[in-house]
Amino acid sequence: MAKPTIVEWVKGGSPWIWLSAAAVSISLIMVFGLLLLIGLRGLGYFWPADVLQVKYQQSPTEIVQLVGEVQSVETVNAERVREAGGFVPEGDETVTRVLLKIGNRDINGLDFRWINQHDILSEARPENMIVLERREWGNFYGYLEAIKVKGDVLADGVDAWPVFLERLEKTIDIFYQIKGIQVGAIGAINYEIEELRLAKRRLELDGVTKASAYEEIKQQRDALNQQYQLLQKDLEVLYRDIEQDSAVLKTVDGHEIDLALSKIVRGFKPNAMSIPTKILHYFEKLWEFVSDEPREANTEGGIFPAIFGTVMLVIIMSIIVTPLGVIAAVYLREYAKQGPTTRLIRIAVNNLAGVPSIVYGVFGLGFFVYFLGGNIDQLFYPEALPSPTFGTPGILWSALTLALLTLPVVIVATEEGLARIPRSIREGSMALGATKAETLWRIVLPMASPALMTGMILAVARAAGEVAPLMLVGVVKLAPSLPLDFNSPFIHLDRKFMHLGFHIYDVGFQSPNVEAARPLVYATALLLVVVIVSLNLTAIWVRNHLREKYKSLE
Amino acid sequence: MTETTLTHAIDMDAIGRSDVTGQLADESIRIETKNLNLYYGEKQALDNISLVIPQNRVSAFIGPSGCGKSTLLRCFNRMNDLVDGVRIEGDVLLEGENIYDKSVNIANLRQRVGMVFQKPNPFPKSIYENVAYGLRLQGVKSRRILDEAIETALKGAALWDEVKDRLHENALGMSGGQQQRLVIARAIAIEPEVLLLDEPASALDPISTLKIEELINELKARYTIVIVTHNMQQAARVSDYTAFMYMGKMIEFSDTKSLFTNPSMKQTEDYITGRYG
Repeated sequence: MAKPTIVEWVKGGSPWIWLSAAAVSISLIMVFGLLLLIGLRGLGYFWPADVLQVKYQQSPTEIVQLVGEVQSVETVNAERVREAGGFVPEGDETVTRVLLKIGNRDINGLDFRWINQHDILSEARPENMIVLERREWGNFYGYLEAIKVKGDVLADGVDAWPVFLERLEKTIDIFYQIKGIQVGAIGAINYEIEELRLAKRRLELDGVTKASAYEEIKQQRDALNQQYQLLQKDLEVLYRDIEQDSAVLKTVDGHEIDLALSKIVRGFKPNAMSIPTKILHYFEKLWEFVSDEPREANTEGGIFPAIFGTVMLVIIMSIIVTPLGVIAAVYLREYAKQGPTTRLIRIAVNNLAGVPSIVYGVFGLGFFVYFLGGNIDQLFYPEALPSPTFGTPGILWSALTLALLTLPVVIVATEEGLARIPRSIREGSMALGATKAETLWRIVLPMASPALMTGMILAVARAAGEVAPLMLVGVVKLAPSLPLDFNSPFIHLDRKFMHLGFHIYDVGFQSPNVEAARPLVYATALLLVVVIVSLNLTAIWVRNHLREKYKSLE
Repeated sequence: MTETTLTHAIDMDAIGRSDVTGQLADESIRIETKNLNLYYGEKQALDNISLVIPQNRVSAFIGPSGCGKSTLLRCFNRMNDLVDGVRIEGDVLLEGENIYDKSVNIANLRQRVGMVFQKPNPFPKSIYENVAYGLRLQGVKSRRILDEAIETALKGAALWDEVKDRLHENALGMSGGQQQRLVIARAIAIEPEVLLLDEPASALDPISTLKIEELINELKARYTIVIVTHNMQQAARVSDYTAFMYMGKMIEFSDTKSLFTNPSMKQTEDYITGRYG
């Protein structure tokens, strides 16, 4: 057979097939590239890298010792380095630079330092090099000299390390005890005292003059204060215990510091760790990341409050948007007389989906927070004024704002689902003596539920990734308490909350320590994707289940 | 049944029903229409229909497509109310009561006048729940009563033996013929007085059709049955009385035998001999 000419080839449609295949490939590559990038950058952060000790020619006359983890390596134009005041030998066109995480911010002032590759005279990985994660000042890199208890040396030299680990474990134990008392018991007492203060204020506002009522409140408060005093005594004992131990540390350039063990989160010797130990360490860090609270202006520790806030926000949003959207769709599709008015409403609803989200944020702030919240405070929480209860951004207003934002999606999807239920099924139900409402409730809505779930999936996907409006109506950099806790009424919808999306922005762009925060941005982004995907998968699983149950007739 | 006899006592000729033949006059009357006109918007679909449906008999409506036979059938349980822009004049009497009266509860009416549609339309629920649907609507909750009623209904629809072991499986897994009998069981579970069948076998294979026809024969002992069919042989096989409709008008209504063997109208004769339609 003859080879087809170019014209025949074009006529046959092959170019279009190639073109669409190319489009699909590019899309896939972009999606996988995105996931790969945030996956690698994010997950690499938790790996305990080796710590290098380098002899470095800082200037032609000065040689210094540096330690740190290699963060990245890049090649730059030599001219640029010279302009920036760096020393590069004549004739070199490019310079290879290494970003070293040198830690010891309390001594060095900075966590990171760029060094030129060719000025490294020698490098070593000393096995007894230790890394300490501290509660403040970032990581410490150096050597352990001795362990002291109440100022007396308990162990030094090679004995110091096992003693250190043992004492550290105890110290951390006490630390969590203290935290438990502070956050749990004392937190609850504070909450109750605040409630009592409000109760008293309420009595005053109501004009109650009966002394016995005030007396009762006073007694309760005294009882709480007594409990508080007792806890305070316990705390004092614990504080004394935790401050006893300290470690004598020496940096590579000769600084000696005395660090209380209570300031240390974790200590390890990365250069001496075997691969299995490193893997174990890796998962410990990963677990800390998803389960712990942030430290040091969000650049260290975990992001649990942000995960919790995101999930809770999405759940509350779904609880609000689903009934609202479904009722609206049922009215529009089943009850409203079809005509120009309904068409107009549909156009309006569809257009709402295209309004920029920040506009919803502005609306939420103006209407929900200031108007609704302000009025709720006037009516129901006058005792707390002038400090607002609901008249300030909070998780309820955020959920309502997002519900408004996603309402069009749910309405459109549900309407389409309702339209797909065959007329014959409705007639079958009516013919058995069901009213329209009964038919809707027993037959039509269950059959339309997969479509409804599709709407919810789209809504969840949109809402979970939304950040801009939240910044106006409730999200904060650091929330002191979760919107869900053990103080009645348990769900505190008036509280502010943390959100993964905002966390990325905050850590990445508002952080005082950008280099340290960068891997966290990737890790948080990865986690946000994981959270959204799992929320979606749950909804999809429910939908498929419903689809199976209410297989359509066709 | 006093009302029925009362209706029966009405003198047929006195209300101007000249087409009622002698045999029909001996029957008890279940449904009666008087000067029924129906309009879809501007278009008139039923033109001055007056007829009687005898009790415990099978009455068939035949006629070419679009002649209004389904529309007439749907007047008997007010299914046409669901259509936008429909307008109805005249009376439809069920046991002497006008079902288009304002005081009539439509849900109650539809419980009394059951209906089976052209295409089987079981709900996407279990076989059991399909049959229980009408009873549950009436507020029946007792498991024992439901079980009994469902068994009776499924036996009545000649389906029990086929499904008794899989009552809780999805009804959509049944064959078309089984689905149609399930829908009949669903309709008779609430013990209606009248059963309206709108081309019940037109979507089924010949064997299923035969089963449905046998079933109709059995059911007429307990229910008044009105069937719309495209198929003249089917009408001849299953019905006691047949009405021929054309262009929204009732051309002829008499016992099946005389309509098919000795039609009194020219149009009827043309239709049954296959000259049009």
